[in-house]
Amino acid sequence: MTRISVRVDGASYDDDVEPRTLLVHYLREQLGKVGTVVGCDTSNCGACTVHLDGEAVKSCTVLAVQADGAEVTTIEGVAGDGSGNGQLHPMQKAFHEMHGLQCGYCTPGMIMASLDLVKENPDPSEDEVREGIEGNLCRCTGYQNIVRAVQQAAAEMRGSDGNGNGHVAPAEVDTAAAPHVVGQA
Amino acid sequence: MIPAPFAYARPTTVDEALQAIAEGGEDVKVLAGGQSLIPVMRLRLAAPETVVDLGRVAELRGVREEDDAIVVGAMTTHADVLADPLIRQYAPLVAEATATVADRQVRHRGTFGGALVHADPAGDLPAVALALDAEFVIVGPGGRRTVGASEFFVDYLTTAVQEGELLVEVRLPKLAGSWGMHYEKFNRVAQAWSIVAVAAAVRREDGRIAEARIGLTNMGPTPLRARQVEEALAGAEATADAVAAASQHAAVGTDPSSDLNAQADYRQHLATVLTRRAVSTAAGL
Repeated sequence: MTRISVRVDGASYDDDVEPRTLLVHYLREQLGKVGTVVGCDTSNCGACTVHLDGEAVKSCTVLAVQADGAEVTTIEGVAGDGSGNGQLHPMQKAFHEMHGLQCGYCTPGMIMASLDLVKENPDPSEDEVREGIEGNLCRCTGYQNIVRAVQQAAAEMRGSDGNGNGHVAPAEVDTAAAPHVVGQA
Repeated sequence: MIPAPFAYARPTTVDEALQAIAEGGEDVKVLAGGQSLIPVMRLRLAAPETVVDLGRVAELRGVREEDDAIVVGAMTTHADVLADPLIRQYAPLVAEATATVADRQVRHRGTFGGALVHADPAGDLPAVALALDAEFVIVGPGGRRTVGASEFFVDYLTTAVQEGELLVEVRLPKLAGSWGMHYEKFNRVAQAWSIVAVAAAVRREDGRIAEARIGLTNMGPTPLRARQVEEALAGAEATADAVAAASQHAAVGTDPSSDLNAQADYRQHLATVLTRRAVSTAAGL
């Protein structure tokens, strides 16, 4: 066993882990941070994406011992004050409003990757969003509303109302991709 | 799946790392960014006795200038390579190819040296290093040695780095001014490996191509130079027709594999097409 010290979603932890423990398993099984999910287990799907010292990584492809001394942010630490009880983060809200999910399994990773993208590029074009989230697979939506959600959140995070710069507002949600959302739009 | 159990060492200097490798037993793996090694260990295709994690060896990170070369530390991440002004100025081909490696999450962890030592023939950086005539600085119990790119890539997933040794840095010659560069990659879906890709660096002089260096990705068990194309281009007029004619030789001497993505003959066809595109763009045509 190896002793590690990490900060996860603002709280400090000291734990003994086997060196072979993957970060995602440490988060889920030792800390109970089950908001971060395991999708493919082959480093492809990105569902397990978290931020390690502020950078998006696939937590199934990082050993827990590699996170020793680091700051980890999971989907559970994104909202409000990080307690998970506060206001949704603009990125979470946009995925909700723009119907950027169906089954929701990819969503934690999508949001963490999108936050990483928007930090680097606060006003991404549609193509830039698609490239920015190329490490995250969604098998439900066809990505249309995910891209809209990321652009909407980026606009809100820039401090505009989301209607400027050609970005789509919630009323323009792609109802062809998600017909049952009409009533909420 | 999770990896099989292993002993874990986390040195903080190159000397400590060499010692940990020496003391690690029969089967030691060096962990750089882990973006190839950890998946392979999870699948139990590798089950090393000891893993030596270079994550805390600070001296292996970063890019610096040294006379007529830029020196890239083996543990410099792809993301740091992409953000580096020296790379952008003197080796834009490296930046261009690095931007196509996997996805942003992998580029945050994966390292320049790790990708080169892994030497996957479908990886993007080996052909670039070969095209640029990079030099590899390797340390081991016997001291420090420098190996040219043409001797570094030995076979499938095999380099000149011997057991007990460590790649510490890669020297890239400064190519700027009249040099143009381009990495042309062909794959089917996002974050996929190259089916074939071509790295080209071209020096133009008075309307002619004075010199061309061309590396091929995934056209054999190691990256390859398209020497016949380079010879045909040396001194040729910088025209689309001349480039197209020279590019017809791109598959000469290659030995690509056949797999689900492409048969060998299709890869050879792709090599000629992608070489034409890479050279044309690099030459500003």
